[in-house]
Amino acid sequence: MSWFRRVKDNIVTKTQDKKPTPDGLWFKCGKCKAITPQKDFVANLHVCPECGKHNRLDSEGYFDILFDRGKYVELNPNLVSADPLKFKDNVAYTDRIIKSTKKSGLKDAVRTSTGKINKREWTVACMDFGFIGGSMGSVVGEKIGRAIDYARENKQPLMIISKSGGARMMEAAFSLMQMAKTSAKLALLAKEGVPYISLMTDPTTGGITASFAMLGDFNIAEPEALIGFAGPRVIKETIGKDLPEGFQSSEFLQEHGFVDFIVHRKELKAKVSTLVNLIYS
Amino acid sequence: MAKDKEIVKEKGITYFDFEKPIQELEDQLEKAVETHDKGKVDMQDNIESLTKKITKAKKELYGNLNGWQKVQISRHAERPYTLDYIENICKDFIELHGDRNVKDDKAIVGGFARIGTQPVMILGHQKGRNTKQRQMRNFGMANPEGYRKALRMMKLAEKFNVPVVTLIDTPGASPGLEAEERGQGEAIAKNLMEMAVLKVPIVCIIIGEGASGGALGIGVGDKVIMMEHTWYSVISPESCSSILWRSWDYKEVAAEALKLTAENMLENGLIDGIIKEPLGGAHQDPQAAFKLVKSEITKQLKHLLELDSETLIAQRIDKFSNMGVYEEPAVASQP
Repeated sequence: MSWFRRVKDNIVTKTQDKKPTPDGLWFKCGKCKAITPQKDFVANLHVCPECGKHNRLDSEGYFDILFDRGKYVELNPNLVSADPLKFKDNVAYTDRIIKSTKKSGLKDAVRTSTGKINKREWTVACMDFGFIGGSMGSVVGEKIGRAIDYARENKQPLMIISKSGGARMMEAAFSLMQMAKTSAKLALLAKEGVPYISLMTDPTTGGITASFAMLGDFNIAEPEALIGFAGPRVIKETIGKDLPEGFQSSEFLQEHGFVDFIVHRKELKAKVSTLVNLIYS
Repeated sequence: MAKDKEIVKEKGITYFDFEKPIQELEDQLEKAVETHDKGKVDMQDNIESLTKKITKAKKELYGNLNGWQKVQISRHAERPYTLDYIENICKDFIELHGDRNVKDDKAIVGGFARIGTQPVMILGHQKGRNTKQRQMRNFGMANPEGYRKALRMMKLAEKFNVPVVTLIDTPGASPGLEAEERGQGEAIAKNLMEMAVLKVPIVCIIIGEGASGGALGIGVGDKVIMMEHTWYSVISPESCSSILWRSWDYKEVAAEALKLTAENMLENGLIDGIIKEPLGGAHQDPQAAFKLVKSEITKQLKHLLELDSETLIAQRIDKFSNMGVYEEPAVASQP
C-alpha cells in the first residue's frame, strides 16, 4: 500500500473524454466533461444539461431569456470607446478595440435596453465578457449611468447583469472614476424608490464588485459564479496558501451574507418578475 | 531599468538612485561647511556656489520627474503619513475607533478635530514606519471594516453638520481571505454611493499613493486634490506591468502609460487641483508640507461651506458623471 493517496480526481483525462468535439455540433462541458449536442446546450440556455454548470452567455442571450418574445429597444447603442490616454502595451488600445469589435460584433462591453418582462417595462443592462473581458472603461460606465437615469426617469425596475474582470486598465483613472459615476447614479435611483436588481454572473470581480454589482436592493447570482473583489490568484499570492474550495463562489457569498439568493438561469425571468410584483403590488 | 535600491544618507533622509547627483552635491556641501567651521580655510564662496548649484539641480530634477520616479517618491519611507498631518495641522484631535461591527481597522484612522477654528471630521489611510507598525497598519491596506469605519465617521460628520477631510495614501484595498469573506467589494461600493450624496462638504487629498478602489473608497469628494509627487490610478504600475506585459519589468513603461501623475490627472479633468510640495518632496521639509496642506484645506472648505447641501451634492454628482471619454456618432445603427 502506498503512503499517499490521491484524494482529488486524477488529472489524466480518460480516453473516452478525449473524443474530438467538432465546433458547432457538440458542446463539451468544462466541468463534468459531458458531451451534449450544441442545439440542446443552446436550448438549455448554455447550461450543461448534465451537471448544471452555467456557461457564459452574451447580452443577446440574456435579453432573449428576459424580454417577452425577445423584443426590446436598445438604449444608447452608438457609444464607442475613445483612447484618451493613447494607451499602448504590447498592443495599442485602439487596435484591441478594433480586434474585439470584429471578433464579438459588439461595440463595447455592455448593452443596455428597455422592454417588457412579463408585461412590465424594465431597464436591463447586460455586460459582454467577449469584449476585452467585459472590462469597464468610459463607455461601460457611461452606458450604465444612462441606463440608471433611464430607469429613474421612467420609474422602471432596473436590472444590471454583471460579467466582468473589472476596470479597463487601458483607460486607467478614467475607468476608476466610472465606479464613482455609476455608484452616484444609483444613489439617485435609490432616492426615487425604484428597485434595482443586480445579477452577478461568472465572473464578477474587481471594480465591478466594488461599485454597482454590490449595490443592488437585491444582489442575486447565478450558481457557482466567481464573485469577488481581488482575483483568486492575487489572494493566493498574498497569503501564500491555497484557497479553500468554493472560495468566492456565489454560494460562498450567499453564506457570508452578500447575495440574497442564487437563481438558475431557467428561473431568472419568473423569479425577478415575482419579486418586483411584490414590491409594486 | 532604474533599481529600487535605496541609499541611506547619514543625516537620515533616504535618496533614490535618480537623486544621486543631488546627494553628491549635498555631501560636498556638508564637507565644505565642516572645513569652514574648523576655521582653517575660508570656504564661504564655495558654500554659496554649492548651495546655488543644489537648488538649481533640485529644481531641474524634481520639476521633471517621470511617472515611475513620482511613484517612488510617493512611497518614500520618510514621507509624512495621515497621523503626521493630523498632528501638525489640527488641534483637539479626538480619534474614533471601530466600525461597530467587526473591529477597529488600523489601516484607516480618523476622528473629529479642528483646523484653525473650523471643526472637521478628518480621516485617512495610515501606513507604518517600522516593521511592527507596518504589520499593525497592514501597509495602509484597509479591510472592509476600515471602509465601514470611515463611512461611520462620515455619517457622524453629516449628522452634526461638520465637513469631511480625507487623506488618501494606500497601495490598494487589502486582498485576503477575510477581506473577501467580509465583503471588500460591498464595503467600497457602499462608500462610493454614500459619499456621493453626503450632505456635508468633502475634501479629499492624495498625500501618497492613490491605488484604485482602495483609494477611491474614501475619495469621492467635492474637491479632490493631489499633492505634487503622488500618483492616482486604477492599478499600480507593477501590477499593470505584470498583467499586460506578463512581467514585472515594465513598471516604468506602465507608469508612463497609466498617466498617473498629478499633472496628468489634472489635465484629464479627473482631479480638481495640485498642492505644490517642498523641493524634493514632502519628506524633505515636512513642516512646509503641513502648512501647504493646511492652507489648501482651509481655502477649499471656506468656499464649500458657503454652498447648501443640495447644490453641493448636485455639483459633486455632476462632476463624477462627466468623467469619461467616449465617442457617440449620430448615426443610428440598431443591431
